[in-house]
Amino acid sequence: MTERLNLSARADKYGRRTNRTHSPVRAASVPYLSVMLASALPILVIAGSAPLIPPLGFLMLICWRIVRPGFFPPWAGALLGAFDDLFSGQPFGSAILLWSLTMLVLEFVEARFPWRGFWQDWLAAGLASALYLVAALSLSGATPGGHLILAIVPQIVLTVLLYPLAVRLVAGLDLFRLARVKVID
Amino acid sequence: MAPISSRRSGHSRRAQYSLFTGYALAAFGVLLGAALLAVSLLNPSAFSGPRMAASDAVAPAGAGAARTRAASSGVLDEITAYWRAGSQNAALRREAELARIRLGEAKALEQENRELRALLGLGEAGGRTVAVARLVGSSSTSGRRFAYLDAGARSGVAAGMPVRSAQGVIGRVLEVGNRSARVMLLSDSESVLPVKRAGDELVAFAEGRGDGKLRIRLLNLGINPLKEGDLFVTSGAGGYFRPGIAAAILEEVTPDGGVARIVADPAAATAVMVEAIWIAEAVEASRSSPDKGFAPEGDSE
Repeated sequence: MTERLNLSARADKYGRRTNRTHSPVRAASVPYLSVMLASALPILVIAGSAPLIPPLGFLMLICWRIVRPGFFPPWAGALLGAFDDLFSGQPFGSAILLWSLTMLVLEFVEARFPWRGFWQDWLAAGLASALYLVAALSLSGATPGGHLILAIVPQIVLTVLLYPLAVRLVAGLDLFRLARVKVID
Repeated sequence: MAPISSRRSGHSRRAQYSLFTGYALAAFGVLLGAALLAVSLLNPSAFSGPRMAASDAVAPAGAGAARTRAASSGVLDEITAYWRAGSQNAALRREAELARIRLGEAKALEQENRELRALLGLGEAGGRTVAVARLVGSSSTSGRRFAYLDAGARSGVAAGMPVRSAQGVIGRVLEVGNRSARVMLLSDSESVLPVKRAGDELVAFAEGRGDGKLRIRLLNLGINPLKEGDLFVTSGAGGYFRPGIAAAILEEVTPDGGVARIVADPAAATAVMVEAIWIAEAVEASRSSPDKGFAPEGDSE
């Protein structure tokens, strides 16, 4: 009989290692489901005068892209964008186009600047969100005007400030995604 | 974090092909998105089927959220009322007295109106309330201003119908699902509403600016007769809204009209009414007319 000295010796942050493994369904589905939920959530808020809520679906997509580079294939932007278009109020196709472009551009940026830290990530996510919001506004079919641009400035600021929180949430979801819950007999 | 090494394909043919296919599919997604977007912009009612199915699906959740919103704003109102109870009580009593008088006058006017209408042989077909519903959501991330109702085709709601709250105009129904409908709010940058100044017959267009304010554009050029605080009500032109629903209050006078704020706040409205189109014949006529000047609302989506 061997005696266990340390109870956590056979565990890591994903749980016990003995006799357990990841759930493949959970590992594959959590990122997609979380982005889709984040796309659908802002519809529940009534914003009568100006866009108010950060584009949560897009933010989640970028955060997953940063936390787990390579999890989302480059074409996932088109799929998730189509779902986002059903809820966002934008003309259908705008998120398919912009999210696909984002995935390609981030892929390129990552190849160009392979070593990154928190601040670079925040800069990249902030720039991507700001450009995305301006592009989405210009593709929304609204009559262009200075008031419209001014109206989305608070939304841009809020989106940039929300990034650290969102990326923590995604890191938490990643722990949940890879938790060892499946028992091997 | 450095990129994971599995994304460097190396000499493996299979890895190279799958990497290339991924990029090719993403590029295809870009092209597909651009094509779908062009279709949507040229024909805004395209893809309304899947969109309204999606909004039908989230409408129940939205109704729950709307109930919580109404309850929580009630709590806030109660707290503020408690703080200002004394002064408010006296003011309210005066106001109630005045309102009672005005109500009596309005009843007399309504009676007179009915008699005159009967004399002219005008029916009450347009303007009746089709459905009372809740605003259950909005496009809160997009630059467009749309809201969602928890009543749809099953309750008799149809595209084009005006939507109002107790305060005033909210917007117009754009698309209808089974249990939900999409409303273009007054503040949307594509919304144009024919209005007149309450009290006289000064007609104008109230156009959404996209930031919650309306631009009042006068039809007759000349000296700008507007003053701050002027109330604008629907004029009935265009045929969608019946005349006399409060729409906007002027905040700022500009050389060609003014900037107004909207009377009815969609976020504060707990219940809204969907009304039948005021004069359906006028709407039909303006839709078929090639002269867009007379159909300011007909094609704005």
